[in-house]
Amino acid sequence: MNESLEEYSVGLETLAKKLGLDYYPVDFELAPASLMTEIAVYGLPVRMPHWSFGVRYIHQLVRQSMGHSRIFEVMFPGDPCHAYLMDGNTIAENTLVTAHVLGHADFSKNNALFARFHEQAGANIIEMAAAHAHRIQQAIDDIGTERVEAVLDAALALESHVDMDKELHRSPYPTRADAKKEQPKNPFQARFERLPEAKAAPEEVPEHPPRIPVPPHPEYDLLWFIAQYAPDLEQWERDIFLSVRAESLYFYPVFACQIMNEGWASYWHARLLREAEFLPQPLYLSAIKAHSDVVRPFAADEQAALQVNPYHLGFTLWERIVEQRGMDEARRICREEDDFGFVRNYLDRELAESLSLFAYEAKNDGEIRVVTRDLNAIREAILAPKFNYGAPRIAATEMRQDGTLVLTHDHASDGRGLDVARGNRVIQYIRRVWRRPVRLNTVDSRGEPHELSA
Amino acid sequence: MTDEPGKPVSRPSRIAAETPWYDLFSRGARDWLRHNQKVREAVRGRLPELLTGGDLITRPENRTVLVPVRFLEHSRFRLLDPGAQGGAGQGKGEAGQVLRPASDESDNAQGGAGTEDGEVRFVLELKVDEIVDWLWEELKLPDLKPKRSASLDDPEYVREGWDKRGAHSRLDRRRTIKEAVKRRAIQEAPIPFVNEDLRFRQLVRRTTPALNAAVIFALDVSGSMQEAERKLAKTFFFFALQGIRRQYPKVETVFLAHTVEAWEFPEEQFFQVAGGGGTVTSSVLKLAKDVLEKRFDPSRYNAYVFYASDGENASEDREAAGGLLEELAAKINYTGYVQTDGSAYRPSETQMIELFRALHDKGLPAGAARLASIDDVWNAIREFFQDEAAAA
Repeated sequence: MNESLEEYSVGLETLAKKLGLDYYPVDFELAPASLMTEIAVYGLPVRMPHWSFGVRYIHQLVRQSMGHSRIFEVMFPGDPCHAYLMDGNTIAENTLVTAHVLGHADFSKNNALFARFHEQAGANIIEMAAAHAHRIQQAIDDIGTERVEAVLDAALALESHVDMDKELHRSPYPTRADAKKEQPKNPFQARFERLPEAKAAPEEVPEHPPRIPVPPHPEYDLLWFIAQYAPDLEQWERDIFLSVRAESLYFYPVFACQIMNEGWASYWHARLLREAEFLPQPLYLSAIKAHSDVVRPFAADEQAALQVNPYHLGFTLWERIVEQRGMDEARRICREEDDFGFVRNYLDRELAESLSLFAYEAKNDGEIRVVTRDLNAIREAILAPKFNYGAPRIAATEMRQDGTLVLTHDHASDGRGLDVARGNRVIQYIRRVWRRPVRLNTVDSRGEPHELSA
Repeated sequence: MTDEPGKPVSRPSRIAAETPWYDLFSRGARDWLRHNQKVREAVRGRLPELLTGGDLITRPENRTVLVPVRFLEHSRFRLLDPGAQGGAGQGKGEAGQVLRPASDESDNAQGGAGTEDGEVRFVLELKVDEIVDWLWEELKLPDLKPKRSASLDDPEYVREGWDKRGAHSRLDRRRTIKEAVKRRAIQEAPIPFVNEDLRFRQLVRRTTPALNAAVIFALDVSGSMQEAERKLAKTFFFFALQGIRRQYPKVETVFLAHTVEAWEFPEEQFFQVAGGGGTVTSSVLKLAKDVLEKRFDPSRYNAYVFYASDGENASEDREAAGGLLEELAAKINYTGYVQTDGSAYRPSETQMIELFRALHDKGLPAGAARLASIDDVWNAIREFFQDEAAAA
């Protein structure tokens, strides 16, 4: 079976190159189901140990055993890319998956978000994550499970709290306002100082320029901020925080481009299979059947789905973009957009209607109701879970004299306050690594200011 | 690529925590085991709450407790539950159309976004012995010692040495033949056996400390004992009994209840007994004394008496109760009294507490404690067992 798969994949790659796909080489590996499950749970083939992954692992096993979830492929961009195919899948399925992976490989080489991380982190995320896991295991052996776990509790809880616009290797804030001298004086100040009476006062320029407070501005890159500024943080603890941050920055493009990326890969697997004349007809048919199982709006026995299948939405959008605007334009969109731009700019009324998309509301009593078929509402409902990496916007705003860390929740942007019980637990996690009091300002359910502290 | 129809998993699944049905060498399994370990630690932290229900007192054949637990949640910052969650869907339906009606069970109020993990619970099986070991460790309680007085020793015969004379039944053939062989080796014309060859096992009478224990639980079931108070008493009795069980291989229990009169009950009925009217403590003390004298010879049993009441006793009974208590305390290992305050207000010095304090002051092995809430049970247990170990 492997031989024919290899033969087909050579054919598919030749075809892909001919059709203009541009990607780093891909290493394919056939993996057993158990490894595929773990990759789906951990996000990476080798990753740091933490009990919370154990919970996700059991959930995943339960979902798989009930047939709610099936893994076909996992792909890690890089140079070379790594793709894991399920060794239990049929050859038709794996042929489809191979073509799908080539689409991902093309996307991840060209999309700006992916390219930026690639540039900063180097080519091999799998090895990077394995090195992190190795160092953390070392710390567990040297220091003990309990203490390392406490640090991981905090770091992984803040996994999504990174600033996506900041570099992977970020330097600390400047400590003093050295640049002050060069700052052009404002003309009013300059004239004022030349007035005869005012001579004496402004001459007392302090010996040192004033200290810049930490943080100088609300800092949303919490993992970095704690790694950099937590009082008494030990080196191994800082290392854990920065490891989690690096992996989080790696996951961000995958998260932020899911619809585009899966759609693009689906577009290409469909097209490559269609144009691959070397594939035997029966294999092509079963591969296309697998395609329509994945790229479908909802299960055949249901009237409606309460989730928009990103494969289906992305696939439909890309097909139309290529059809109406041409491949060059499609490739430009592929380079420049993420899901926000993609959905807002290219999901139009006509398409929303033909896909019969709607926005719904699920009440706590279990009632689910179609709210509207308004286009903007649909777009925002699709994008809402993606804002700010799917996490509330929380910034470090102040470090007091006694070391107290003050966090502030930007409730105005998020539209409401924080879940208090969870918020309290998270700041307790943080308290253990910050080793000083931690306070968090948010609002309660009535919109009144509310402070959590640990 | 994953293929997940957007349907939240709602069927609760049971996964036994201790069955290694998966590959033990996988990372997922490793982290899952670590999770279970943390669950056990968490359960350990709230043992008292878990153990109040059920007939836990004596179940030698069923020495485990099943505790249903949720998965631990690794918390992250989340926004307040908005009361309704929005999302985008795909399919037929007009604006305003209800896709799924409200359900009556509030349990099922799952967000429709399909992002919630299905509620999966699993059952943790804990051994009662394990629980009690945790407690003793946690409370740093000393092990009980059997009473070291001569009167409490169990006589026992043990073999020790050989003699040339003895009963036939204790003839040691092996030794006898050995002697015969030795003798024949040095004799010219040996005869097979002579009387001199015979060796008999000797028995010596020894005394060992008695390892039987008898525990008498006495409960006031008069009208003033409410449900909450009985529950406190029950919890206390359970752990006191477990503590004694840890030490003695054989423990017998007696359950006595009283109002103005006292009766003995089988354990199953004991906590269901409800009486009315007044409280005459001497009635139950008298019964306890009779039971001890008839069934549990103080020279062969380590006896413990625990009495729980709400502290009220008829004032004219004070003298009788005090006298009986003193008699009891002199004979047995320990008498403990718990006053279950429950929700009701009680004066700080009730008659019963005064009586037990007086015994304690006389140097007799007795103690008293007040139980206002379940947390006090641990203090009471600690007090009694440290006291007892010190007195022994």
